[in-house]
Amino acid sequence: MPKWITQVGCPYCGSSCDDLEVLVSDDGRKVLETRNACVIGNEIFHHASSPNRPTRPRMRQEDGTVKEITYDEAIDYTAKALLKAKKPLIYGFGSTNCEGMSAVGRVAEKAGAVLDNCASICHGPSFLAIFDNGYPSCTLGEVKNRADVVLFWGCNPMHAHPRHTSRYSIFPRGFFTTKGNMQRTIICVDPRETDTAKLADIHLMIDQGHDYELFDAFRTVLRGHDIPDVVAGIKKEQILEAAGKMKNGRFVMIFYGMGCCHTDGRNHNVDIAISTTRDLNSHTKASIMAMRGHYNIAGPGQVWSWQFGFPYCVDLSRGTHAHMNPGETSSIDLAMRDEVDCFVNVGTDAGAHFPIEAVRHLKKHPFITVDPNICMASEISDLHIPVRVVGVEEPGVVYRMDNVPIQFKKVIDGPDGVPSDEELFDKVYERMCELTETEPIWILNRGHAHGSSTAEQ
Amino acid sequence: MALVTLKPYKEPELYLECNNISPDAFAGKTAAEISELEVREGKTRVLLGDYFEVSGKPGDTAEETDIHIAGDCSRIKYLGTKMTAGSIKVDGNADMYVGGWMKGGKIHITGNVHSFCGIAMEGGEIIVDGNAENYVGSAYRGDWRGMRGGTIRIRGNAGNDIGTFMLGGTIIIEKNAFIHVSTHAEGGCVIIKGDVEGRVGGQMVKGDIYVLGKIQYMLPGFKKIGTVEKDIDGVSASFNHYIGDLGERHPRSKGKDIYANLFVMAS
Repeated sequence: MPKWITQVGCPYCGSSCDDLEVLVSDDGRKVLETRNACVIGNEIFHHASSPNRPTRPRMRQEDGTVKEITYDEAIDYTAKALLKAKKPLIYGFGSTNCEGMSAVGRVAEKAGAVLDNCASICHGPSFLAIFDNGYPSCTLGEVKNRADVVLFWGCNPMHAHPRHTSRYSIFPRGFFTTKGNMQRTIICVDPRETDTAKLADIHLMIDQGHDYELFDAFRTVLRGHDIPDVVAGIKKEQILEAAGKMKNGRFVMIFYGMGCCHTDGRNHNVDIAISTTRDLNSHTKASIMAMRGHYNIAGPGQVWSWQFGFPYCVDLSRGTHAHMNPGETSSIDLAMRDEVDCFVNVGTDAGAHFPIEAVRHLKKHPFITVDPNICMASEISDLHIPVRVVGVEEPGVVYRMDNVPIQFKKVIDGPDGVPSDEELFDKVYERMCELTETEPIWILNRGHAHGSSTAEQ
Repeated sequence: MALVTLKPYKEPELYLECNNISPDAFAGKTAAEISELEVREGKTRVLLGDYFEVSGKPGDTAEETDIHIAGDCSRIKYLGTKMTAGSIKVDGNADMYVGGWMKGGKIHITGNVHSFCGIAMEGGEIIVDGNAENYVGSAYRGDWRGMRGGTIRIRGNAGNDIGTFMLGGTIIIEKNAFIHVSTHAEGGCVIIKGDVEGRVGGQMVKGDIYVLGKIQYMLPGFKKIGTVEKDIDGVSASFNHYIGDLGERHPRSKGKDIYANLFVMAS
């Protein structure tokens, strides 16, 4: 009989909902139905059971066709490509678990690679601003229970994070917010009238690319100084009204997205948003949070900061220490400047997300994709290695957008013989150790950490 | 002064990280020893002599050593990083980090430089005859102590992030700049002789900025307080004097608030 599995985590957006219910078939191999998921989350669970999914690595042949090969051959090819390259780039990790990210960290160290994640083309500027100016943030639970003024700056959760507004930011009734959305003032800053802007009490339709000026105007007003009649296309009266709402709120929450951190100035827009949050704290309580895109894109920041001291753009090529400087060690810059000579795309689609010129440069060298599904990157790769889908066929730890770790479950078994990201990259690491005749120290150490007897034997 | 000449004869496949090309590293060595200095291309270690023909002899100390690179360095990073004295001249372009963390001496690049030129500089002089990309005289990521001294002169255009977190020293851009000049600065002086698109002096606490061209988008946190006559880098003119960034914190001294100054040439 099909059975319902409850408290399932959703491997889609940064909200990382963990209240899904999934109906799986008798044999535990097919998802039949989901409850509580948004349309996109629902689709991901059904996608795993797609009959068109590849279940064996596919290697590009000289005539351009692809041929199925064994996992051992794929692991050997990847290990050799990484060892041969002078500066390989391993990029991705939008959609995998922390265990997989950690395994890739071990491979990257061995390969002297540059390790980068999707933040590089997403919330990377937020990291830079956080380095420069701190991060006065909170958890989504606090937002739900306390926030009565919520500001959405350059983000559209109604589409990008479909359950964000109902679980955390606009509609839910919390401990101090017992009247739900009736009690919350919503301010939206967006050049377009998005579906989130339609829900807002105040919509500031800003001139695109002038976020910094508007933040500066808010800060100037909060310190009691005068501002020009129009800033960034917004009238002074509207700015004063919005600033007044924020000052008089009990708990102001600023959520910002790509519209803030990917217009001109990038990290500086986030930097001044953080300064604005700090200023607001001399009037009331205020907090700020990046609307992280994927369910575990906060994960690599956590895992690699622990492993190497930096959250993204980690250049391990020196062998002695990690070096990070986005602009130099960031994926797009490396690709555009022809600075890498091997590319491994893990759990994301660089083919779709990178500028075409960057992909052209990367395609001059070995191009490997590790992803459960067919995507644009897999179709232009020299080698595509399918893996299990995290959150559906593979459990693991993920970090929600507020950096809260959540243990995700698996609901069905993966296709026979298909490894997880962690298993695959541990094998790549072992193969690299074999080829270089070195000891696989991390594998041995992991044996100790797990209390297993493999290391002692 | 003793001159060492490096002549590039082979282009690296990727980029060379040449922290070793500086009067400090060359001083007291022979040409053969300099050829043996280790530089990096990705994870591989190579020798300076694999890419450059070294001739001449350096002085016994960095002060007495001049380096002339007779060729293009478009794929050479870290030229003159952390140098304390002496000079480097490049006939052509240079890549990232020219004169980064530099403490003294002089660097002259006749072509363009890439980003991070003079990052976290403490002293000395950098002259670039061409254009610079982004982060001229900026701070390293996360460091609130940016450029502290010295002079950077870019004869062409510059990109964004000029003098971020600057504490001292002078940056002169002789043509136009894009956005973010002296963001977060607490000292120093930036002179832009052309136009700037905007964000001049955002979150700035102290320091001076002179713009001899136009600012397309003025920040709302800057307030005009008067007009002054000034003689700036050989140009005498009347300037509108603004103070700011009024949205940022400012120290008090002798009962007065200290603001950053922005001077924009009166049209």
